[in-house]
Amino acid sequence: MLNYIWAAMILAGIFYGAVRGRMPQITEGALAGARDAVNLCLTMAGVTALWTGLMEIAERSGLLDKAAGGLRPLIRFLFPQVPDGHPAQADISANMIANFLGLGYAATPAGLRAFEKLETLNDKPGVATDAMCMFLIVNISSLQLIPINMIAYRSQYGSANPAAVIVPALIATTVTTICGILFAKMMGSKSSSPAGVREMKMTGRTSEHVCLSEKKKGPGQTDVPGKSERGA
Amino acid sequence: MDFLVFLSDFIMPLMIFYIVGYGVLASRPVYDDFVRGAQKGLKITVEILPTLCGLLVGVSILRASGFLDDLSALLAPAAAAVGLPAPIVPLSFIKMFSSSAATGLVLDIFKEYGPDSRIGWITSILMSCTETVFYTMSVYFMSVHIKKTRYTLAGALIASLAGVAVSVLLAAG
Repeated sequence: MLNYIWAAMILAGIFYGAVRGRMPQITEGALAGARDAVNLCLTMAGVTALWTGLMEIAERSGLLDKAAGGLRPLIRFLFPQVPDGHPAQADISANMIANFLGLGYAATPAGLRAFEKLETLNDKPGVATDAMCMFLIVNISSLQLIPINMIAYRSQYGSANPAAVIVPALIATTVTTICGILFAKMMGSKSSSPAGVREMKMTGRTSEHVCLSEKKKGPGQTDVPGKSERGA
Repeated sequence: MDFLVFLSDFIMPLMIFYIVGYGVLASRPVYDDFVRGAQKGLKITVEILPTLCGLLVGVSILRASGFLDDLSALLAPAAAAVGLPAPIVPLSFIKMFSSSAATGLVLDIFKEYGPDSRIGWITSILMSCTETVFYTMSVYFMSVHIKKTRYTLAGALIASLAGVAVSVLLAAG
């Protein structure tokens, strides 16, 4: 995806610039863009190191595990089709906590593991389950509590108060997440039946290694870490 | 907005206090842990430098060619009709496909208008409240070979639209 977007930006930009007679500005722009990237990374390096340092403390002191325990009622509400105690629950909460804290690079692997376990509860190969739809809608509506990258960008470009975005972003992300959950609940309740634990393997899965290699290169590579990216 | 800014000022310090305090109570060597984590963070930053470099070069070329300005001018009447500043339109579109490409546009907007301008505020909030729709969906569904995604796309688009609306409203307040 990014390959096409990037190529389109470069090719369209240069073609358009040639038509408009702005070739010198384009050379200047390309060089300035590369310089900006390095400056930005210098700012980002400090903020990211601070953040991942704090998260390491939170992880090793057991704070993240404690938070995962606190999420259980929420996960039961969002994913009633997943039986209590099923391993998918642990991966879903790991994914959510990483998302809360803006750790996109940790959220995606946990999310993919959760998805794999949701697939074992799927009795219609190739068709998404209610739990999968809910999981992705919640992920896409973003759960991030502190938009740490945005704070870094704002500070790099001279904001008077870079952290001022935290609460408005929190309100906005709450609104989008609630909209997503309501929609998924509405759509899901129509067709869902309370599925038991049905360990059904997909019949059409002949090439396990293909699926694995997709997973490896899938997440995290094209997205700037911190989101889902994330999320990326 | 003033009150929200005031609250925002408290969140980071309180969170740092809580995390370090919790670590001390759990009798962890907090400073060692911090340093180990910070090292990981630096590695991540070094790894994204090439990505960011490529994207900023791409967006800068697009900006220097005059394409972005002309596109904004073209979109301005339609965007104004729904209360959106023109530069937000390409951003919310690109954001559905790639969050890195959107980041390039965000930085361009901050450079042009400043992060504290109205456009800068909308951008800041918008980018913090939704994720990349198509990218996320394809990575996850591909991983388990799901073809019929049912209502996932509709739900994701509704959440994204809500995000645009609420960003504009919050930035106005």
